[in-house]
Amino acid sequence: MNTPKPSEITPPGLYARRREFLRTSIGAGLAAVLPAPTFAGIGTGAHKSVFSTDEAQTPLKHVSGYCNYYEFGTGKEDPAENAHRLQTRPWQLTIDGLVRKPVTLGIDDILKLAPLEERIYRLRCVEGWSMVIPWLGFPLDVLLKQAEPLGSAKYVEFVTALQPDNMPGTRSRVLNWPYREGLRLDEARHPLTLLAVGLYGDALPKQNGAPLRIVVPWKYGFKSAKSIVAIRFLEHEPQSSWMEANPREYGFYSNVNPEVSHPRWSQATERRIGEFRKRQTLMFNGYGEQVASLYAGMDLRKFY
Amino acid sequence: MPMRYVPVALLKTAVFLLSLLPLTWYGWGAWHDTLGANPIEAVTRGFGTWTLNFLLITLAVTPLRKLTGLNLLIRLRRMLGLFTFFYATLHLTSYLWFDQFFDWGEIAQDILKRPFITVGMAAFVLLVPLAATSHNAAIRRLGGRRWQALHRTVYAIGILAVLHYSWLVKADQSQPLLYGGILFVLLGLRAWWREVERREQLAGKYAPRLKRIIPILPRR
Repeated sequence: MNTPKPSEITPPGLYARRREFLRTSIGAGLAAVLPAPTFAGIGTGAHKSVFSTDEAQTPLKHVSGYCNYYEFGTGKEDPAENAHRLQTRPWQLTIDGLVRKPVTLGIDDILKLAPLEERIYRLRCVEGWSMVIPWLGFPLDVLLKQAEPLGSAKYVEFVTALQPDNMPGTRSRVLNWPYREGLRLDEARHPLTLLAVGLYGDALPKQNGAPLRIVVPWKYGFKSAKSIVAIRFLEHEPQSSWMEANPREYGFYSNVNPEVSHPRWSQATERRIGEFRKRQTLMFNGYGEQVASLYAGMDLRKFY
Repeated sequence: MPMRYVPVALLKTAVFLLSLLPLTWYGWGAWHDTLGANPIEAVTRGFGTWTLNFLLITLAVTPLRKLTGLNLLIRLRRMLGLFTFFYATLHLTSYLWFDQFFDWGEIAQDILKRPFITVGMAAFVLLVPLAATSHNAAIRRLGGRRWQALHRTVYAIGILAVLHYSWLVKADQSQPLLYGGILFVLLGLRAWWREVERREQLAGKYAPRLKRIIPILPRR
């Protein structure tokens, strides 16, 4: 990966936002979530990534206003309205299963594991819309290594927080709670797979999965579990909440694939939020160069 | 002023203007960009929802009239039915235009391959003859019986429309179930009243005088 040139590190806009943010966030927001030293680096010192796209970024108000986070309701605006009730502090993440060293880490420990990078990724929702989001985080692999996975571990399962009192959507069993997702270990360790703690230079808004979430840009958005509290290493492919809800429609892999339709709608095109015309959906959401080799020889119609 | 003294023309004008409110809402929202992150989806969904709303309101007219005895409600039914068609047309147009940009090959694929679009399109196609015969001349030309038989397809249209909605949503069936439940009540009432009428006929209640004296069917 390129080392960033000094000129790339601090665009004036970000620098200005950091100032503004410092002024307004005393006792709130990121300052509450991140320890001061980490925070000081978040908007300004975040490393740029070669994996970032230079496509126009989706405005923050849409990224944080139009979400799927069913724990807070199935409407697109429900999470923005209800997610303020999510308790993100204290926050602990347990990593166990087929590991040499099961660990439980607090959010502060996790943030110290690696410097934050900015990753501007495309996000393609299974519903046929897409965004471009500047995430902040570091490769998930850095975190996974902490637990020293055993050779027998082949899959990773992610578990989202379940706070029934704070999550009005969990009163109905639209999905089996807690929300669970999974990846094959090589997918989880792929350099594109991100553990995100922020976006647009700030901490993650709660409706986007605060305080930490997975981002897997070549898969449909639901694969990128939000607000995770547990990671388990497994020998066999785990069942995700969506697979349990509808196995015919939601497979374990769920790679973005314009050629494999959802049983009820086409995946050939997508509407980029903010655009009028639809665009062609790209294989692996445009990340084929990096990830196609993971699926060499696999029938992606069968492993959808 | 009691309901029956409201001039029908005034009532119809009020209902007409009210029925245009959803269109105004979405038009205003599109112009001022207040429809959220995905305004095109909001408009398409919104018109679909209002098609269903008007369909159920139209289907509620007859039961309401029976239950309340407000016979003037029947004078609104045609207009409400035509507004159902109006919003269905807007819903279909926004799909053809903003979702498919008139790519007829894709549209044909959609109709054939995607059950929710198949039933939605079927519902619309069945609505067309109803809208086309929603005037007095058509009733005269077809004759009351045939006209009524034709317009009973609206029951099937209602079922198709609710299926269309139900097959579209990803996981949360609460809204489609609500619409389905209301439709079930509206159609169920009709079926029930028909059954009651049939029994009464069998019981000879409406039989002509002659038959009442010498019943053809044995009384139960």
